[in-house]
Amino acid sequence: MDADIIGFGSIFARAFVLFWPVWAALAVVMGVSFAMRRRLGLYGQVYDSWLGIVGLFLVLFWVFTALFADVIAPFDAVEGVYSGMKKAVPGTPVASDSAPYDYFLFGGDNLARDVFSRMVEGSQTVLAIAPAATIFAFMVGITLGLPAGFYGGRTDTVLTFLANLVLAFPVILLFYLLVTPGIRETPIPTAMAAVLFLIPIVFFVMFFYSRYATRPDVLYIQLACVIVLGGWLYSGLAFNLDPLGIVGMDPNTLNIFVSVVFVNSPTVFRIVRGLTLDIKTRDYVAAAQTRGERPWYIMLWEILPNARGPLIVDLCLRIGYTTILLGTLGFFGLGVSPESPDWGLSINEGRKLWRSVEHIALVPALALMSLVLGLNLLADALREQSLKD
Amino acid sequence: MLSFILRRLGVMILTMLVLTAVVFFLSNLEPNLRKLALSDGNMRMTDAQIEQWLDNRGYNRPFVVRYADWLGGVVQGDLGFSTRFKKPVLELLGERLAATGALMFWVMITMVPLALLIGVLAGMREGTGTDRSLSVLSIGSTATPEYVSGIIFTVIFASLFGEWFGKEWALNGSAASATGSKGITFNNFALPVMTMAFYGMGYIARMTRASMAEVMTAQYIRTARLKGVSFRNIVVKHALRNALIAPFTVIMLQFPWLLTGVVIVESMFNYKGFGLALVQAAENNDIDLLMACSLASVAVVLITQLISDIGYVYLNPRIRVK
Repeated sequence: MDADIIGFGSIFARAFVLFWPVWAALAVVMGVSFAMRRRLGLYGQVYDSWLGIVGLFLVLFWVFTALFADVIAPFDAVEGVYSGMKKAVPGTPVASDSAPYDYFLFGGDNLARDVFSRMVEGSQTVLAIAPAATIFAFMVGITLGLPAGFYGGRTDTVLTFLANLVLAFPVILLFYLLVTPGIRETPIPTAMAAVLFLIPIVFFVMFFYSRYATRPDVLYIQLACVIVLGGWLYSGLAFNLDPLGIVGMDPNTLNIFVSVVFVNSPTVFRIVRGLTLDIKTRDYVAAAQTRGERPWYIMLWEILPNARGPLIVDLCLRIGYTTILLGTLGFFGLGVSPESPDWGLSINEGRKLWRSVEHIALVPALALMSLVLGLNLLADALREQSLKD
Repeated sequence: MLSFILRRLGVMILTMLVLTAVVFFLSNLEPNLRKLALSDGNMRMTDAQIEQWLDNRGYNRPFVVRYADWLGGVVQGDLGFSTRFKKPVLELLGERLAATGALMFWVMITMVPLALLIGVLAGMREGTGTDRSLSVLSIGSTATPEYVSGIIFTVIFASLFGEWFGKEWALNGSAASATGSKGITFNNFALPVMTMAFYGMGYIARMTRASMAEVMTAQYIRTARLKGVSFRNIVVKHALRNALIAPFTVIMLQFPWLLTGVVIVESMFNYKGFGLALVQAAENNDIDLLMACSLASVAVVLITQLISDIGYVYLNPRIRVK
C-alpha cells in the first residue's frame, strides 16, 4: 500500500469510527439512564449536573473500551510488530498487505507496535484490577473500622496503631519491597492474600448472621450461599486452586492486587472509624441498643447504611487513586511483564524517547488522566448530590 | 502537652522499630540476598559460591542478630556502607537529602501559595462561575499524577517550545545538571518543580475551598457583614485566619504523599536526590542504603504528623489535648 501519512483530522475521524461499539453502548446506557434518572436514586441524580455527566461519560467510555477492547484494537498489542513502523509518527500507513488495518493511527512505539491498540488493550488491566482491589480494600476497611469505632478502647487502640503503621510506610518503598519477582518465590503474597481475602467472607457471614440469627430457615440458605460462593472465589483467587478452573490469578497479578488492597485498607479503615464514631451518637443507634440489638447488628444494619453516602463518594475517588497507583507500579516496571500494554509501563518506555517522538508516552498518559479525571468528577457530582439530600 | 508529646514520641519510636524490622526482613529474604550476591559479587557464581559469599559477609547470621547489629550501628550514628555506591550511607544520604530538600523547597514555595490562592478565591463566593472553573481546575490537577503531568509538561515546554520559539526558549527536560557544577537554574529546575507542584496543588486547593466555604457561612461573618465591613476586609481579616487551619494540617500531611512524587519526578528527570537513591537502593537490594532510606522517610512522615497535630492544637484553641 502506498498511502501517505494522514493528518490529525482523519486520524481522529478514523479513531472515532473504530470506537463504534463504545459509542453504541454509551448511547444506550446513558440514554436509558437519562430518561429514567428520576427512578434511579443516587445514580440518577448524577445526571442532574453537567460535570457529573462528563465524569460518567469518561468512566463509562473506558469501561466499554475495556470490554470491547478486542473488537476495537486493530492490531495485536503485544505481537503486532510491523517492519518500518518503529517510532512511526501518528497516521503512518502500514506497508504490509497482511495488516488488519491500514494505519498506525497514534503511531508506532519503540518496538514497532501500534500505540492505539496498546492504549485500548491497556485499559483492560487497569479496569480489571483497580475497582476490584478498591472494593476489597473497602470490605477490609469496613470490617475492621466498624468495631474499632464502635467498641473503642483496646480494640480501637490496637487496630488504629496497625493502620497508622501501614500509613507511615512510604507507598513506593512498600511496593518496591512487596512487588518483586523475588517475593513471588516466597509464600508472603499468598499468605497476605489468604488473610485479606478471608475478611470479605467474614464480613458477609456477619452481615447475614447478625440480621437473621432468629430465622434459621433464611439464615442457613444465605450462609450456605456465602460459604460456597466465597469459598470458591477464595480458593481460586488466593491459592489459584479453583476446582472448576474458572477463577484464578497469576502470581504476578495476585502480587499487585494484594499489595494494592494492603495499602488502601488503612485509609478506608480510618474513614469508616471516623464515620462510626460520629454515627454511633445518633438517636437511632441508642434506640437499637435499648431494643437490645447485638453490637454487630447495630454496626452492619444501623451504622453502615447511614454511612453509605460518604463511602460511595470515597469509593469513586479511591478507584481513581488506585488507578494512579497501578500506573506508578507500571511506571517503575513493578509487577508487570515487560511487553504488557500497561499504561504506566508504556509511559515509562515512551518518556525515554521524548526528544525524538512525543506520542508514545503522551497517548497512555492522556488515557490514564482522562479515566482518573472522570472518576474524580463523578465523585464530586455524587458528593454534591448526597449533600443536597 | 508535654506528656502528650512524650507519649507520641514513644509511639513514634515503636512505629519506626516495627517498620524498619519489616523492611529489614523483606530485603533479607533469600531471593533478595541472592540477587545482591549476584549483582555485587560475580554474576556467574554457582549456588555454593553464593552461599559462601553470603557467609563471608555475615549475611547468613540469624535475622535477630543482624537486625540488632544494624540497630546498634544506627544508635551510634553508623548507617552502614552502600554496596551500590561504594560509599558510607551517611555521607551519601546527606548529599541526597540536601538535593531533595532543595527540590522540596521550590515545590512548596510555588505550590502552597498558589493552592491557597485558588482555594480562597473559589471558596469565598461559593457556587459562582469562578468557583466552578477553579474547582474543575483543581479536580483536573488531582487527576494528573506526576508521571502524566511530567510527560505533558515536557512535551509542551521542552520539545514543542523548542520547535516553535527556538532552542533557547525550551526548558531542559533533564535536571541532571542541577546537582552538578552548574547548580540549580530556572532552565533545568522548572519542569520537575512544576510537575510536582501541579499534582499536590489541587488537593490543598480543594481543602482550602471547602474550609473557606464553611467559614463564610459562619455567624460571625454575617455579623461582620451586617456591621458594614467590606467584603475584602471580611475575607482577609475575618475569614482567612479560621479558614487556613484545615489546610495547614493537609499541607503537613502532604509531605509523606510527596515522597512518592519525589521518587517519580527524580527518576523521570534524572535528578540525583533522595528519591532516586531509594529506587537505586531497592533495585540493587542495597540493604544498608534501603534501611537508611526507609528510616529517613518514616521519620519524615512521623515528624510531620506530630507537627501537624501540635500545630492544629496551637492554631485551634477549641481543641484540647486529653
